Amino acid sequence: MAQIKLSNLRHSYRPDPQSDADYALKKIDLTWEDGGAYALLGPSGCGKSTLLNIISGLLVPSEGKILFNDQDVTALPPAKRNIAQVFQFPVIYDTMTVYDNLAFPLRNRGRDEDIVKRRVTSIAEMLEVTEMLTTRAANLSPDNKQKISMGRGLVREDVNVVMFDEPLTVIDPHLKWKLRSKLKELHQRVKATMIYVTHDQTEALTFADQVVVMQDGEVVQIGTPVELFERPAHTFVGHFIGSPGMNVLPCEVKAGGAFFGGDQVPLEGPASGVADGKAEIGIRPEFVSVSANGSGIPAQIRKVADIGRHKVVEAVAHGSRIHAILEGEVPSAGEAVSLEFKQSQTRLYKDGWLASSPGEGGQ
Amino acid sequence: MKTQNQRAWWFVTPVLLLVAFNALIPMMTVVNYSVQETFGDNLFFWQGLDWFEQVLKSERFHNALGRQLFFTFMILIIEVPLGIAIALAMPKKGPWVPFCLVTMALPMLIPWNVVGAMWNIFTLPDIGLLGYFMNHTLGLSYDMTQDPVAAWVTIIIMDVWHWTSLVVLLAYAGLVSIPNAYYQAAEIDGASNWAIFRFIQLPKMKTVLTIAVLLRFMDSFNIYTEPFVLTGGGPGNSTTLLSIDLVKIALGQFDLGPAAAMSLIYFAITLFASWLFYTLMTLNDNKS
Repeated sequence: MAQIKLSNLRHSYRPDPQSDADYALKKIDLTWEDGGAYALLGPSGCGKSTLLNIISGLLVPSEGKILFNDQDVTALPPAKRNIAQVFQFPVIYDTMTVYDNLAFPLRNRGRDEDIVKRRVTSIAEMLEVTEMLTTRAANLSPDNKQKISMGRGLVREDVNVVMFDEPLTVIDPHLKWKLRSKLKELHQRVKATMIYVTHDQTEALTFADQVVVMQDGEVVQIGTPVELFERPAHTFVGHFIGSPGMNVLPCEVKAGGAFFGGDQVPLEGPASGVADGKAEIGIRPEFVSVSANGSGIPAQIRKVADIGRHKVVEAVAHGSRIHAILEGEVPSAGEAVSLEFKQSQTRLYKDGWLASSPGEGGQ
Repeated sequence: MKTQNQRAWWFVTPVLLLVAFNALIPMMTVVNYSVQETFGDNLFFWQGLDWFEQVLKSERFHNALGRQLFFTFMILIIEVPLGIAIALAMPKKGPWVPFCLVTMALPMLIPWNVVGAMWNIFTLPDIGLLGYFMNHTLGLSYDMTQDPVAAWVTIIIMDVWHWTSLVVLLAYAGLVSIPNAYYQAAEIDGASNWAIFRFIQLPKMKTVLTIAVLLRFMDSFNIYTEPFVLTGGGPGNSTTLLSIDLVKIALGQFDLGPAAAMSLIYFAITLFASWLFYTLMTLNDNKS
């Protein structure tokens, strides 16, 4: 159990990085609290696996330090860091039984056989694989293999952090949900720090208490799932989280007000410090309402998709596409309507970053 | 109701014909010779299993078989571990990979009788590089035309030189197919290098190694050209392996009956041993 601190971390796969573009990780400062359930979310190639491999010690960072409980472990190899990692494809030792697979990390560290037996039995019970203990691991199904590789991570009682690198990639969809809730349950039982890397927002938001969103080697935002959803710090987070993602509309800032194609859009609060000129308005589709002849922004419906629970309406206003999530009766394609944004959820973004703050304008 | 008939058998006919002409019919002539005696003029006399009995009881056959088994055993015991070791030491990526692979493949591309001739010249005590070096520089007595031990050492080293590459390339193919995550997981699990070899690399190489052992067994058990060119079976009969002896009986003495019987026995041994190897090496796969 440990608090993990990354300080001034930079990493480049090139021996002589010249510019920022050469870095797979650009300056990461991050603290993972002991016992937390974290998700590391971002698109493919954003550096999340690099970051994970640096924490586990499989990679040595070009610059910066990694501290476990304030102890510098930057130069330590993975075996000395007491961490566990579960990989995208289940790694099992084919020739061993399930029992021997689970016992492997303990036996390598020279633990007594009765301690091994106690740990393996309790982990097997937790993972519900007790009846498979004597089977050869090669004969298991992919989801059970992945359970075994998780088990190998959890079997050491003093493990500092368990890291999951997109562990559900090869699992059948109907088993994904089961394994995901199993993971959540495990976290509550073993209380180890867990870091879960994924590009799937559902996986991240259901597993984690805190989600770290990464893009292009940088941490864009850290927050609870609700925070990420309601107040994305960057338009990237707005896009990436939510289905469909946040509407980002070009606007003009004049004298503290935001104008979208000539129509003033009331913001959640003051956008102090934003100079006049081009900026962006961000509004979640969940907070866009459509009326047949209201006083809002004139728009035309382009298409309506019925996805069961609700309908996703795509409208065009001032040349921009705007999604709205609606329930009940909705206008049909081609109709002229007017759009209204819920003021407390209307944000202003300057150069991609959140620029408005909640104020008296919002309720 | 589905119509049931035997017409599907016709689809097998082409294969049957092919196998008949390239294997069964030629082999039947051997079977034919093995149970008859001929004095030429196409006159044959039924001999039953006499030739088989004669071959199986002959000391000459026992000796040749013993030498053959010893040769194959030495080949496998040296080439398989050596091949694995070289494959482990070869770079897995980088500019040296093609260089290593080509260098490894070179010996296998040389025709068999050229290999024999090459080693023959190489080991000549007066002018051969190795022979001269051993005799004149190191002062050791090394002449494989005189000394059976030297002859044995030379044919074994020659085969190791010629065929270890096959094991290397197969083992290497098995090694590079192991995903990196296995090594990373083993590192995190605190596995020693031996444990990594024993529990990751060896199991992952198992299929290719089965093939390597089978091929090396069959090829070394049936070997003829290289030792024949190198030693001609000598000095004396000391390196007369089964195939060399067989050719002596068949073409030297023109004893077609015993030679045919010996061929079939030889074939049966090869077939049985291959089956045994394969069965033993894949035994664990079906266990759960």
